[in-house]
Amino acid sequence: MTEKTFTDADRHDGIAPDMADQTEAPASVASEAAAVAPMNMIQALNSALHVKMAEDPNVLSFGEDAGYFGGVFRVTDQLQQKHGLTRSFDTPISECGLVAAAIGMGAYGLRPVVEIQFADYIYPAYDQIVSEAAKMRYRSGGQFTSPIVVRSPYGGGIFGGQTHSQSPEALFTHIAGLKVVIPSNPYDAKGLLTAAIEDDDPVIFFEPKRLYNGPFDGWHQKPVSPWKTQDLAQVPTGKYVEPIGKARIMREGNDVTILCYGTMVWVSLAGAEHAGVDAEVIDLRSLVPLDIETIEASVKKTGRCVIVHEAPKTSGYGGELSALVQERCFYHLEAPVTRVCGWDTPYPHAFEWEYFPGPERVATALKAVMTGGSR
Amino acid sequence: MTRNTKPLSLRVPEPSGRPGDAPDFSHLKLDAAGSVDRPPVDARPVQMLDLAFRLIRVLDDEGNAIGPWNPRLDAETLKKGGKTSFYMKCTGEEAIAVAQGMILSREDMGFPTYRQQGLLIARGYPLVDMMNQIYSNAADPIKGRQLPIMYSAKDFGFFTISGNLGTQVPQAVGWAMASAYKGDDKIAITWIGDGATAEGDFHNALTFASVYRAPVILNIVNNQWAISSFQGIAGGLETTFASKAIGYGLPALRVDGNDFLAVWAATQWAEERARSNQGATVIELFTYRGAPHSTSDDPSRYRPGDEHEKWPLGDPVARLKQHLIALGEWSDEAQAEAEAEAVAQVRAAGKESEAIGTLGQSRPSVKTMFEEVYATEDWRLVEQRREVGV
Ligand SMILES: Cc1ncc(C[n+]2csc(CCOP(=O)(O)OP(=O)(O)O)c2C)c(N)n1
Ligand SMILES: [Mg+2]
Repeated sequence: MTEKTFTDADRHDGIAPDMADQTEAPASVASEAAAVAPMNMIQALNSALHVKMAEDPNVLSFGEDAGYFGGVFRVTDQLQQKHGLTRSFDTPISECGLVAAAIGMGAYGLRPVVEIQFADYIYPAYDQIVSEAAKMRYRSGGQFTSPIVVRSPYGGGIFGGQTHSQSPEALFTHIAGLKVVIPSNPYDAKGLLTAAIEDDDPVIFFEPKRLYNGPFDGWHQKPVSPWKTQDLAQVPTGKYVEPIGKARIMREGNDVTILCYGTMVWVSLAGAEHAGVDAEVIDLRSLVPLDIETIEASVKKTGRCVIVHEAPKTSGYGGELSALVQERCFYHLEAPVTRVCGWDTPYPHAFEWEYFPGPERVATALKAVMTGGSR
Repeated sequence: MTRNTKPLSLRVPEPSGRPGDAPDFSHLKLDAAGSVDRPPVDARPVQMLDLAFRLIRVLDDEGNAIGPWNPRLDAETLKKGGKTSFYMKCTGEEAIAVAQGMILSREDMGFPTYRQQGLLIARGYPLVDMMNQIYSNAADPIKGRQLPIMYSAKDFGFFTISGNLGTQVPQAVGWAMASAYKGDDKIAITWIGDGATAEGDFHNALTFASVYRAPVILNIVNNQWAISSFQGIAGGLETTFASKAIGYGLPALRVDGNDFLAVWAATQWAEERARSNQGATVIELFTYRGAPHSTSDDPSRYRPGDEHEKWPLGDPVARLKQHLIALGEWSDEAQAEAEAEAVAQVRAAGKESEAIGTLGQSRPSVKTMFEEVYATEDWRLVEQRREVGV
């Protein structure tokens, strides 16, 4: 398994880097439940889909270029070849249409997993997700449900410009009835996707594309270490479930709590190391439902909280986290809750590393809260 | 109620060939050059329904221009078309944007996708500015804000390209409605790929264009592929893309997109119709995406390797050249000379642009990242800009 990082050549519209050489072992055999293999995030997600499709004929996977070709990032590789044309197929280029079709199938009793090619293209489907999938159970008095998963590569760090880099999670966390999951490593990616497919409610599943091939920590001048060097890339080849709604403490610490998810988990770890601060780094993994106990216990212990996300600051999920922390931990706080976020601009092309919140900015925020100020 | 005699089954369309298969175009019904009638420009859509299913062609196999759609272009115009069409990376689709860019004026607004760079070239937009945009360097006219080839050139009648497919089509209709509202004489022209016609925005555009009789030309560039999906995934096995117009009460023309003269003639028909206040026309331009979807794509993984070579409608540049030679106005030597000149121009522009810098070596000032989010910055952007130290 050779690991590869993104290069400038990979940033063009519509097609992701060629990762075929890394997906030769989709590890799709459910019976080898005990076996463990090193996987990158693409392989782990692919494995979850293979395992669930082998297990449950009601699981389907479809999306733009997600059938024969296996998706522009190869996450749905070989699903069609292995499970058949009617279980994994290409759809017309209509995000609205493909999500709506999934909702209809879900109401019938299937468990469709749809791919939106890039999160930046999810907006045509927004009405179907927000007005329909999210509210179906409630408005029908429980008669109809929407057990669908909407998967989508998400986030920045690949010189993708404004249409291949956005982090729109807050547009979905705001909507009652939706679950929002964002894994940061191969092990969680597979376990959480399995849980999402089995979940009876609609799950928005964002896959930080910058992490597909390695735990990118924001030091963009340095090569990314391959996933296989990480414990969290040792992935069971069979089925397992990681519960939605449980955070993962990535690093225990006493001085400050960092709340983060997706690519920012690795950036936060690097930022804490850079600042030399004993931070407790919490990977939320699921934004809705949120593991409030873990957050509360940590902030009460450390007395300080820094929130890191790639999405723009204004009305980002960090605002919600900040409010929750001050409501529940006010008397334990020794410094203002501080956010490190993307700027309130569209995602630029030429200024990738000025826009993307890196370890330097995290370290600066950590040092500031350690001395009591917010900046 | 009727009971099923057999259980239902789900149909998923598949292309005629995949990697390893021989290309198969036997399903294509190609009308002979000159065989399709040309209705009057004020024909009612219902009087010309068949044109949505035919294929307008002017150039025959020998390169002669024949039939009612022959635009009878003079040799000078043709040479200009031939000459300007060598630079493009929209391989196989060059005729479309070049012909259409030459017919409409800079006052008319084009709402393109990422495959109509020929419009800029045909209108004399500086090649070096195109390259500066591609490199996001300090001289990039759009300040490093967009991916390569997502140009914007208002003065050249070229609307800012969106990465979100389909959005430009109803916007073109709105622009055309504004011209009508103002009593101006400008029209709009827009393009969308076969794949993207599945987006709701395409259908929104047809509804509005029809209801308000907007002076707009709505092109569908059917190049057979949408990344790895063949045109059947967008509905092309059931009907033609041109025929989508019929349900909205719009006239439709279906044209050999590799035939410069046919593209010219159809566009002129639609232009006349729009300028005489008779509203929109849908044109399907039937062509083939010769190149990979983008620089990171490898079509040999989803389509037969030699499909492009076997495309029965040939290459647009070669066909135009053949026509000029048949007219006695051109020669292989003249062609070689023109190509060499074009290559030299591109090289020179490339050098000039690289001297300013390629991606990362040169770029606009970081301050510009915070500008033009709004007409005036609010306190958040001022503070955030200071945090970056610019
Ligand atoms: C709303 C939206 N969905 C998906 C994409 C990703 N995407 C970019 S190009 C493309 C294929 C478009 O095919 P087609 O419309 O036929 O145009 P062509 O590339 O063939 O010119 C796709 C799916 C996008 N850019 N925008
Ligand atoms: Mg196409």
